[in-house]
Amino acid sequence: MIKNFLIIADHWSDFAVGLGNTIWICVVAATISVLAGLVGASALVSKNQYVRVPMRLIVDWLRCIPFLLLVYMAYYGLPVIGLYLNSWTAGLLTLTVYNTAYISEILRGAWSHLPPEQEEAGRAVGHHGLLLFIRIIAPQLYAAAGPVIGNQLIILTKDSAFLMIITVPELTFVANSIQTNYYMPFEVYLVTILLYWGICRLIEIGVKHVEAISNRWRLA
Amino acid sequence: MTWASFLTLLEGTAVTVLLSVTSLLIGIPLGLALAGGRIARIPVVSGLIAAYVSLMRGAPIVTFVLFVFFGIAALGVSIHPQIAALIALSLNTAAFNSEVWRASIVDFPIEQLYAARAIGMTRALAFRRIVLPQIWRTSLPGIVNEMTLLIKGSPAVAVVGVVDLTRAANRIAAYTYEPLPPYVTAMMVYGITVLLLVRAQQKIERFVVKKYGGL
Repeated sequence: MIKNFLIIADHWSDFAVGLGNTIWICVVAATISVLAGLVGASALVSKNQYVRVPMRLIVDWLRCIPFLLLVYMAYYGLPVIGLYLNSWTAGLLTLTVYNTAYISEILRGAWSHLPPEQEEAGRAVGHHGLLLFIRIIAPQLYAAAGPVIGNQLIILTKDSAFLMIITVPELTFVANSIQTNYYMPFEVYLVTILLYWGICRLIEIGVKHVEAISNRWRLA
Repeated sequence: MTWASFLTLLEGTAVTVLLSVTSLLIGIPLGLALAGGRIARIPVVSGLIAAYVSLMRGAPIVTFVLFVFFGIAALGVSIHPQIAALIALSLNTAAFNSEVWRASIVDFPIEQLYAARAIGMTRALAFRRIVLPQIWRTSLPGIVNEMTLLIKGSPAVAVVGVVDLTRAANRIAAYTYEPLPPYVTAMMVYGITVLLLVRAQQKIERFVVKKYGGL
């Protein structure tokens, strides 16, 4: 058993590459979906029904289907309409789109709890339009929804392991190929799971920090 | 879609439903047991449960399915992929359910337990007669939420070769070069299943509120 862990230690650079790819794809997808979720949430609360209703349908549809099904649709389904994506693009696209739907819904929930006086006060001191949204509404939405967004980012990280099925060389994919070469599944997957666990802990710590900062703002 | 494709999808649906339902039947009570064991502050055991739950909640379901299937096989026990999938999904959902149960138990008014003990109930009886009938109601929304997460995570079993609904749809797409019909059908099945679950939860909640005056 110890010998097996030594073999894994010998392959640390492979694991590092896989871990790096996982972190890269998750950070990009998370950043885009956290920002795009703001646009999505705005559409969900829009007074224009031609914006609101289609967005509601898309968000509900995405929240109903398993992530892997969406990945298959993008990777094997889109070529039918002439759109060929490589595994990286398909993976990044689906991870982003899928989580944008969830984060839009999370931010919409936070928005419905935001006291309308906040917006009124913002207007009273002369903010309007986009500036009102960016300065007054958006920061409060993120502050209120912080922990829930953190949970969603953890789900995003774990969902990224599905991308091994379409051969994105992320952490689980790398682990799987090392496992196939040496046949020591217990050790390889244990190390892999611990690495994912570490990423999730980091996200939790990050969310706590953001919360502490936003609490300080609120007191000031 | 041909008749053969339809049958494949139907089989896939059966696998998904069977796997999900069985893992829930194992995972929900197991989650309760884990929550109980953790709250009871048994030396070593409570710590191990906390570590298990934390690790499981941070592990991707795909990786864990691989771990269970190949890990057990490496022990020299030949295991059917479907059984490995079932074990992995059950252990996974048990960890998530245990957190839901734990939150309800922690919120449970301790005075009721004192009262039950004062009139001579044993701890086990007090749990069965006083605690459980109330915490299942507060846990219900969380448990249903975990159910939908389990269903959406279940396609992970494809990595060890189990043909569930998602995999079946993908196979048909590959055979027929017409991906849209099988994918749309699969989406509808998932959508309807999740919808039914949420509806059932709302029905039960309304019934509980009517009968007991609150969750």
